[in-house]
Amino acid sequence: MNKPYTTIIGLEVHVQLATRSKLFCSCSTRFGSPPNTQTCPVCIGMPGTLPVMNRKAFELSLKTAVALNCEIPRFTKWDRKQYYYPDLPKGYQISQFDLPLSQNGYLPISDSKNQFEPKRIGIIRAHLEEDAGKSMHDEAAGVADSRIDLNRCGTPLLEIVSEPDMRSPAEAKAYLTELKLLLNYLEVSDCNMQEGSLRVDANINLHIDTPEGKIATPIVEVKNMNSFRAVERALEYEAKRQYEVWQETGRKLGDVPKSTHGWDEQAQVTREQRSKEESSDYRYFPDPDLVPVATTDEQIERARASLGELPAALRTRLEQTYNITPYDSDVLVNQGRDMVEYYIEVADACGDGKPASNWIQQDVLRTLGERQIGIAQYGVSAKALGELIGLVKAGKLTTSRGREVLAEMLASGKSAEEAMKGMGIEHLDESALEDLCRELLNANPRIVAEVKEGKQKAIGALIGQAKKKNPNVNPARVREICLELIEKEN
Amino acid sequence: MSLIDQTAVELLSNLTSGNLTSVELTGAFLDEIERRDGAVKAFLHVDADAAMAQADEIDRNRTAGKPAGRLAGMPVAVKDLLCTVDVPTTCASRMLENFCPPYDATVVARLKAADAVLIGRTNMDEFAMGGSCENSAFHPTHNPWDMDRIPGGSSGGAAACVAARMAPLSIGSDTGGSIRSPAAMCGVTGMKPTYGRVSRYGLVAFASSLDQLGPIAQTAEDTALLLEVIAGHDLMDSTSVDRPVPKYTETIGRLLEGLRIGIVPEHFGDALDDEVDAAVRESIRVYESLGATVKNISLPHGKYAVAAYYIIAPCEASGNLARYDGVHYGRRTDEHDSLIGMYSRSRSEGFGPEVKRRIMLGTYALSSGYYDAYYLKALKVRRLIRQDFDRAFDQVDLIVGPVAPTPAFKIGEKADDPLSMYLFDLYTVGTNLAGICGISIPCGISGAGLPIGLHLQAPTFEEERLLRAAAMFQRATDWHTRKPSPV
Ligand SMILES: [Zn+2]
Repeated sequence: MNKPYTTIIGLEVHVQLATRSKLFCSCSTRFGSPPNTQTCPVCIGMPGTLPVMNRKAFELSLKTAVALNCEIPRFTKWDRKQYYYPDLPKGYQISQFDLPLSQNGYLPISDSKNQFEPKRIGIIRAHLEEDAGKSMHDEAAGVADSRIDLNRCGTPLLEIVSEPDMRSPAEAKAYLTELKLLLNYLEVSDCNMQEGSLRVDANINLHIDTPEGKIATPIVEVKNMNSFRAVERALEYEAKRQYEVWQETGRKLGDVPKSTHGWDEQAQVTREQRSKEESSDYRYFPDPDLVPVATTDEQIERARASLGELPAALRTRLEQTYNITPYDSDVLVNQGRDMVEYYIEVADACGDGKPASNWIQQDVLRTLGERQIGIAQYGVSAKALGELIGLVKAGKLTTSRGREVLAEMLASGKSAEEAMKGMGIEHLDESALEDLCRELLNANPRIVAEVKEGKQKAIGALIGQAKKKNPNVNPARVREICLELIEKEN
Repeated sequence: MSLIDQTAVELLSNLTSGNLTSVELTGAFLDEIERRDGAVKAFLHVDADAAMAQADEIDRNRTAGKPAGRLAGMPVAVKDLLCTVDVPTTCASRMLENFCPPYDATVVARLKAADAVLIGRTNMDEFAMGGSCENSAFHPTHNPWDMDRIPGGSSGGAAACVAARMAPLSIGSDTGGSIRSPAAMCGVTGMKPTYGRVSRYGLVAFASSLDQLGPIAQTAEDTALLLEVIAGHDLMDSTSVDRPVPKYTETIGRLLEGLRIGIVPEHFGDALDDEVDAAVRESIRVYESLGATVKNISLPHGKYAVAAYYIIAPCEASGNLARYDGVHYGRRTDEHDSLIGMYSRSRSEGFGPEVKRRIMLGTYALSSGYYDAYYLKALKVRRLIRQDFDRAFDQVDLIVGPVAPTPAFKIGEKADDPLSMYLFDLYTVGTNLAGICGISIPCGISGAGLPIGLHLQAPTFEEERLLRAAAMFQRATDWHTRKPSPV
């Protein structure tokens, strides 16, 4: 486990903001429409057209920046990042260069499995920019054929650049998970990596301890990672590779230019991508078509007020108020704000946070997973589940019987009481149960004899019979009563 | 007086009273274009049928008693860089030779809403880069006063068509003098409004922070009329300013009492042609006779204006023109073997030499290692120039001087000397760098029979002051009524 080096990781995350329209025009941002159906003269950069900033995108960015504990400069501006590419119709991307809308923040991360100590990951900056279109290369026919879809062109992206504060691929994954969760809570992005609304690039190198002191390996940018799992694997692979290359060549930071490697998911390796022919000079300059944006204290305060309770605070509250473990609070909070609200209602209804958490984790989450639905689509209300858990807690139902009732509630939409009635489940009072046990003992003298000889296991057969006579019996209680009665006979 | 010699205000009153139909009027101007433009070549595109159809529709609406727009029936020529639905918008470039936009520039939309008749598209220096109209990829425009001479630029066609009475009103664009300079060369009135006064949406950009659209006409009153129609806030242009548009035509007859005029002594130096010098000084005496006081003022950073302008404008142009890469629209080369090859061949085939020169200048000045020394320094100079004007306008109401160092020069005369061409802009670029407004009005005729222009500059959003001052001058003189001899 103890490696002879420290892994240094920084991440650049591009998040597509959940606005209805693009950053500088009114085209829709919907994903999956036929190519080039969500475009207008502005976003395809036709001559004479001008950008007009989408206020909503700026508000969402501000909200995110505040949640990431960033400083918000009172003045920010737009710059043109200039390069030629067929999916960039204006020949420049409108972005932010030297005066981003936010900077110097942090995101705390921790690990409920304790693989690493809780820490803060610094955020260098978060800035707003427009997305490019998509090039689709079809080289199957032998002749290279490129097509361009500009639907995505002009979609608002928030670029969140971290400090190189992560020390392992696991930390990188934890940072991404926490960041995505935060963005979900803020409702600023749907963070769908498959649809490209969250994209991750990583910068990684090693600090190697040698007898001559600490040596840094050249920084490599890793791209093309399509899931957080892929990020973790790519970084694990890349760290090992860099160590091997260093052992072979001794190359240090500064000996070679920064290179870019792409993650090959199939082969589970990173491969060097063809480096650009010349080092890129983007010739940034302020976009004269847009006016600078002044951010006021009121705007920042409004953004702060709109945050709601965020994941870190919610975890603490659940642990303290409902007495559940950090692991449990983590699982619940990671499911999103709806689930936390559901949990709180269940826990309040049954008066106990622990079983509420267990039922949700073991039963509700399984159903949600099987059906690929969210808690909002789940058929049993929090109040009804709380009522059911209350009945189990009061001993009126066994847990396994409770599960059957839950299944019935889910299927029929009935309350716990109604479902039990429908299933013919009713609570037996103690005297009725005692009568039943006595009846069984009288009918099975051989079993009684065996128990008296010390074979307590023999009672099992009686429990089976009791269940047959009345499915509502609590097996544990039947066992206890039978043993007590036999004891008394002695 | 023949129909086409009348001012727009006179024509409009005849149209409104029913003494004149738009079909008659538009027909008269189309006839003049037919007769004269073969030689002047002010227009790149005239669709006579479409113009007549538009005129006919406006006449019918008027007869039917439907509400008529502010310019109902009045022909207006448009510089060929204003996007107009389904009309070629070439910017006088091979690059956009076949470009027909699917949208109207805001100014075009306002003209249409005012029931103006769009009579034709005027020639210009390619992408508005130039001061002589010689950089048009299609043909130069000739000065109607002397067919061997340039009409000025870049809005050369826009000024020449008014001078030659082929249109009563015309829209130009001014990035460093491109309305005022040709107005001076052609003996007409042309205004560059304050940056942000007129929407730039649909104006094919040369240098976004300097470009401004403006009116060209025979008189200050006509200029006021056209400005009133095109000015105003536009949600499509973030740099347009949300500020009410004064009724310029209602106040233009009022005298400016106690007018304080500033003159910049350096503007009357060696660079200035003697005849221009004399005409401008005589014009200042006209203002004095009308009650104005004159004061010397200083614009200490004015000597750096041309240098700063020829950094900032090319920098912005290099970005604005990056989109012409042959991928999505515009010219694409027939021969290419790679993406980079396609880009560079398309661009080298599509752009003329002056456009290439400015793209290279801008690209160089924005490159890492040069940015601070050129672009940033130019921005600092620009701020200082703006401050100079602010201080000057604390003391005076108007700054008065020459528009250009000489009257129109000969076609081809400066073709091999871009630097002397750039220096020709020395009196006008400051207006754009400072974002203020300026107007050029006719103020004399040289011994060679060429018009001379007088430059008035006012603080931001003081177009009304400029127009009233220009109208005062035009009531006292008749230079604006002179016209080139008919062919
Ligand atoms: Zn669009």
